[in-house]
Amino acid sequence: MSLTSNEVRRIAHLARLAVDDREAEGLAAALSDIFDFVEALNNADIEGIAPMAHPLDAEQRLRPDRVTESDQRELFQDIAPAVEGGVYLVPRVIE
Amino acid sequence: MEWETVIGLEVHAQLNTVSKIFSGAATAYGAEPNRQACAVDLGLPGVLPVLNEAVVRKAVMLGLALDAQIAPRSVFARKNYFYPDLPKGYQISQFELPIVARGHLEIELDDGSRKRIGVTRAHLEEDAGKSVHEGFGTMTGIDLNRAGTPLVEIVSEPELGSAREAVAYMKKLHALVRYLDICDGNMQEGSFRCDANVSVRPVGQSSFGIRTEIKNLNSFRFVERAINFEVERQIDLIESGGTVVQETRLFDPDRDETRPMRSKEEANDYRYFPDPDLLPVAVHAEDIEAIRAGMPELPDAKRERFARDYGLSPYDAGTLTATRELADYYEALVAACGAPKLAANWMMGDFTAALNRSELEVARSPVTPAALAQLLTRIRDETISGKIAKEVFDAMWAGEGDADAIIAGRGLKQITDTGAIDRIIDDVIAANPVQLEQYRAGKDKLLGFFVGQVMKKTQGKANPAQVNERLRARLSGD
Repeated sequence: MSLTSNEVRRIAHLARLAVDDREAEGLAAALSDIFDFVEALNNADIEGIAPMAHPLDAEQRLRPDRVTESDQRELFQDIAPAVEGGVYLVPRVIE
Repeated sequence: MEWETVIGLEVHAQLNTVSKIFSGAATAYGAEPNRQACAVDLGLPGVLPVLNEAVVRKAVMLGLALDAQIAPRSVFARKNYFYPDLPKGYQISQFELPIVARGHLEIELDDGSRKRIGVTRAHLEEDAGKSVHEGFGTMTGIDLNRAGTPLVEIVSEPELGSAREAVAYMKKLHALVRYLDICDGNMQEGSFRCDANVSVRPVGQSSFGIRTEIKNLNSFRFVERAINFEVERQIDLIESGGTVVQETRLFDPDRDETRPMRSKEEANDYRYFPDPDLLPVAVHAEDIEAIRAGMPELPDAKRERFARDYGLSPYDAGTLTATRELADYYEALVAACGAPKLAANWMMGDFTAALNRSELEVARSPVTPAALAQLLTRIRDETISGKIAKEVFDAMWAGEGDADAIIAGRGLKQITDTGAIDRIIDDVIAANPVQLEQYRAGKDKLLGFFVGQVMKKTQGKANPAQVNERLRARLSGD
């Protein structure tokens, strides 16, 4: 399976990665190689094998429904670029 | 051309846990901004989500109530998109293997018939934070208190044929989550909200038309108005030669219309993949049976029991079981007064009217079931008439005390002393000789006039049946 540089640019945009046209060319080739490598799995006989969602053969542990976290707003907001009245500020996102 | 409407609903219900789905931060509504957003909710480096047990239990309860399949293993996935109120850059949700699948819900249509609506799936996910676009100049404010609040998204099959059916389905689901006590159902606070997928097609066509999605409808009224507008918009568009564009729209209640949400629609591409931070969630058969054993009685079963055990009409039984609070109140009232029909009439009449007037929920009623039971008992033992009881009820509602105290304080006790009633009757007859003569001359309907006069003199406290009987005797000259 091979990836075009257009597809690479689209994926980069969705992931908010800055990739210029020259890089896209190179990445398309590199990613296509990775796909080819992974494609070898298609030759494996998986008859009767359940799909695996996690490499560990274990179940999710559950925690009791209790409040265990205390308010640390000031600590967290110390490292935020901009805050006002307790809210985090970001560049305006509405049109 | 004849058109047919096809609607599917995605309902988001916040599960009423005390802590979040993947962290131990509180979920209480109305806290100061970001006071309930911990390191996990903020997506700080190095944190790990740990699933809340109550979230799984509540989702299983919902699945059982919908007669659905509970997945023995379900998987959390990352839904990737960028928005400032989603700090991790992905929402933890469920995609390929949701916890609940293939259930159904029965709704009642306007003509009284019932229709079964398929529920495709119900999956668990975390809520996002809130963006505040006003009041911060060129910036947007972000409050992450809601981030990580557990949500169950309930997706219906596209089997709803009108706005009315969509509302009936949503109301039924709302009553169900309240009965199960898995969601507080508060629509104003956004605890229960829905997205509606709407399309139209010519009657007889089997393929679906192009659909639009109306986002974030947070009242039953808005669901109905938004869908009605959207259906008409799509039909007008197609009939005038246009085509419907698949897009996300928002309902504007002030202008009663839907509008495209973004000018430039970007195709959703969330690149789901299993979240490596979370292992598959196992629900074992014995867990399911333990949860089933602890389930409360559901609305349909309660409605049937009310009709059977209390001798109520299907309509009355339906009304009294519409919410768990109303049904609980009714059962407490019947247990205390022993008169199911009288209790039903009072609850659907004066009680509901008073709640509406005061804009109160059942749980906030100033008159408790025990207090109302005392009033109904006084009607039954003929201490007061039904008419006087309304006056006593209003006084109870206003906080003037219990029924017996008000009856005694206002001197409302029914006059049953026949001697006293006879004296009043004699006074009334003596004061109205003309009417007496007409009555004796054959004008029978004047009996009503005399009854009215006697009731007036007793301020309604005489027993009407007794007054009738004795008046008739006296007027005839016996």
